[in-house]
This record gives sequence, C-alpha cells and structure tokens, in this order.
Amino acid sequence: MLRIENLSAWYGEAQVLRDVSLEVAAGEVVTLVGRNGAGKSTLLRCVMGLHSGQRGTVELDGRDVGRLPAHKRARLGLGWVPDDRGAYATLSVTENLILPPRVGPDPWSLERVYEAFPALYQRRDSAATMLSGGEQQMLALARVLRMGARLLLCDEPTEGLSPLLVQQVGELLREAKRHGVTVLLVEQNLHFATGVADRHYLLAEGRIAEAMDNSEVRSRERELLAYLGI
Amino acid sequence: MTGFLQNTFNGLVSGAFYALLALGLAVIFGMLRVVNFAHGAFYMLGAFGAYVLLTEAGVPFWAALVIMPLGLGLLGMALERAIIHRLTRLDPLYNFLLTFGLTLILQDLVKSRYGVQSSPYATPSALSGSVDFGLFDFPTYRVFILGFTVLLCVAVWWVLSRTRIGMVVRAATERPELTPAFGIDVGRWVTPVFGFGIGLAGLAGVLAAPMRAVNPLMGADLIIVVFAVVVIGGLGSIFGSVAAGFGIGLVQAWGEAYLSDFPIVSQTIVFIVMAVVLLWRPAGLFGREEAPA
Repeated sequence: MLRIENLSAWYGEAQVLRDVSLEVAAGEVVTLVGRNGAGKSTLLRCVMGLHSGQRGTVELDGRDVGRLPAHKRARLGLGWVPDDRGAYATLSVTENLILPPRVGPDPWSLERVYEAFPALYQRRDSAATMLSGGEQQMLALARVLRMGARLLLCDEPTEGLSPLLVQQVGELLREAKRHGVTVLLVEQNLHFATGVADRHYLLAEGRIAEAMDNSEVRSRERELLAYLGI
Repeated sequence: MTGFLQNTFNGLVSGAFYALLALGLAVIFGMLRVVNFAHGAFYMLGAFGAYVLLTEAGVPFWAALVIMPLGLGLLGMALERAIIHRLTRLDPLYNFLLTFGLTLILQDLVKSRYGVQSSPYATPSALSGSVDFGLFDFPTYRVFILGFTVLLCVAVWWVLSRTRIGMVVRAATERPELTPAFGIDVGRWVTPVFGFGIGLAGLAGVLAAPMRAVNPLMGADLIIVVFAVVVIGGLGSIFGSVAAGFGIGLVQAWGEAYLSDFPIVSQTIVFIVMAVVLLWRPAGLFGREEAPA
C-alpha cells in the first residue's frame, strides 16, 4: 500500500532522514520506534506531504504521490493523527469530526463515532480544545475514521495517556485493522506497539537501523528500552 | 442625557466603519497571514468610485453600493493572484513594502486625476432628513449606516459560524499548516477571502462618501485607527475586530465629548487604549497565541 524508497529529508541544513526505504502492506499495522530526534515524526510528515525539503519516492498504491500537496494525499485516503492531536479551538467537537471530506470506501458515520465515544457526544457542541487530552486523542482518531481514511499516520497516539486510555487507543486501532485499515504509527511504548502492530522499524539517526517482528521486539525488550532511553 | 445618547450614537456610527474595515483585515490576515496596509486605499477607492460613477455616469448611490464592492473585490482577487500570494513565502518586511507601496500607487493615481481637494457626495434622497428618537433627532443616513453594518456583521458571523465554508475558513485561519492534512484545499479559499475583505473595504468607502469628505487621502487618515482596532481586538480574530471596532468608535466619541479640556488625551485615546490592552493581553482582547503547525 505504502512504499518509501531512498527518502531523505532536511530541516534547513540539517539532514534528518537518510535514504529511508520501507514498505507497509495493505491491512498491516507497522510502528516506527526510535529515540527522540531519530526522524520518526519527520518521516510521517513526509508521507503526509507536510514537510518541504525532501528527496526520494513516496508511493501510495503504486502511485507516486511525492509531488502531491497534502490535501490531495488526504483525498487519496491518508488519515493524519498529529502528535498534538490537532484539535481546533475555533471548531466544535462535531465540526472537528466533519471537517475532512469522506474519502474512503468505508467511512464511519457520525452516529457510529458518537456511539463509540459517548464522551465526545456529550461535548459535541463545545470547542474541541475543552476536551481532556485523552478525549482529544479519541477525537483525532475518530476524525480520520469518519473520513474513511485507508492508511492512518499516527504520531505517538498514546503519549501522555493513562493506561486505561492507552488500552482504548489499542482497541480502536485493532478494530480499524479488522476493517482493513492500514496503520503506520510512531510509538515509544513497546508494550503497546507489540500489542497492536505486526512489524516494527527501528529508526536511528535518520536511517532504518533494523526491521523487527513482534517476537523479536519482545525478546529484546530490555535492550531496546535501554537504547531508547526509556 | 440627550448629549450622551447623541455622542454614543455618533461613536457607534464611526465604529461601524472601523468594524467593516477591521473585519476585512481580520479575515485576510487569518487566511493569508498578510497584513494588508493597502486596506485604507481600497476604502478610498470605494468612496471615489461612487463619486466618479455618480458625477460622470449618473449612477446612483444604491447601484454604487453594489458595483463598487463587487468591482473592488474582483480587483482584490486579481491582485492576490498576481502579487499578494507571493508574500506567503517571504519575510514579513516584504508584506509591508508591497502593500504600503500599493497604497501610494493607488493614492497617487487618484490624486493625479482628481487632485487632493475634497469632493462632495450628496446623501441619497431616500435617506436624507432625520429620525426622531424622542429625546433627540438623528440623521437618517447615519441610522442607515448603523443598521446596515450591524446586519452585515451578523450575516458574516452567520456564514462563518454556521456554514461549511465558514468552518473551513475558521479551520484554515486557526491552523493553516495542519488543515490541508484533512483534505482541505486551503489555497482555493485564499483568493476569494482576500477579495471579500477588499470588497468590505470598498463597501465602507461607498457608505462613507455621503458623510465624509471624498479625497485621495481619506483612507490613509482612517487606517491608522483601524490598525489600532485590529491590534486591540486581536489580530485575526473576527469577533474581536468587530467588537473592538464599535468599542473604539465609542471611546473616541466619548473622549472627544468629555475630555475636550485635555486634547492630548482625547486625541490619542485610541492609542492609549491600545497600549493598555497590549500590556495586559499581548495577543489583543480576543486574540489567541499562534499554535504550532
């Protein structure tokens, strides 16, 4: 579904990604792990089309989308779940949910979203920034599901959430996967990552250092945690 | 009491002009992150256009009230496509240079053709005379301006808060970098929004023609106060710009009436208010600190 080849990216003079190549098959959940500053978020931004200053290939379903602006990529089915959750203060909760156009074959209806997230329904007319951090995270995920996105790009969806909410995010991603949604997520919580993902890439200093499956991550958890500095 | 009500009414009428101009500046800044220093020149063009239409083609006020905002809106859209859109990637200094330069060009073009003398523009006959409010009379034309502007502001508020277009404009204004990631083509809305803001300035100009002296510098005199209004309301805040517009109109009218013994204060009261507001709330009364992308 997603193929990245020899992707390099810069912030001004500083190179943050160096010849990254990876693939995510349809229906897979794949995580990017790595230290802070390894380039994980930049990689996601490059896929979404939000980072200027990049070179290399980004293909979606075999189509080169590297030159498309972000809004066209979103319309091809990319769902953006930003690290700051992207809640709009000047939009109500409902407006936050219906802002993106429906793009995929299987978008959630607003009713289904509100059934799944009663807390959002209760606050549907409030400004989205009045929601708690966990609720804002649910809003960010619900927004791309309502959109019908086929490939979710999630930047640390569990950051700062309580264990119960982390579990909820996990269930939501597993349910999305059951419906054929593909996910590429940046994640520092290895336990969570092995619970929802099929495969993992370790990013180090802008390069793919290793590709691992769940059993490998589990058996090397102590070593990886020490490396990640957690 | 009568004097107070009259001062208040006059303050609201000047405030209506500030509100229309500040509203246009706010939607333009919100969508483009461009501060349009040429806004006063488009206000002047609105008034001058109405004057020229009437004296040279016999086009009445009511027609000018439609023609000038539409024409200037289209001119604004053309300018946005031709030059203004280039500013987004440049240092803000170029924003100032380009839009201020545009002001000088527009002013001098009008000046070279019509001179600097003020031209009179007759109040439309349907709006001449005055309205009796019991305690005092008030010119019908000023009542019309106030009512018309309030209706227009309510209509703009309704479009922004209740329609899909308004939702997209709000989203793009709040997070211009993030919003395309949700499939919104922000660029598609930039040109119409710029044209709309310019159209509002032109409309304010037509409304001003029967009331204020029509001359090439009329916008330059007004726009300085309007920028103070925008800063007080919070740059980019739609509601803030309208509220601060009417508020500053009132403060100015009351200041002139009741602080006339202290001309230093009454003549600078707008900027005193601005300084106090900025000390207290650096982002303006209704402004928000910029969120990261």
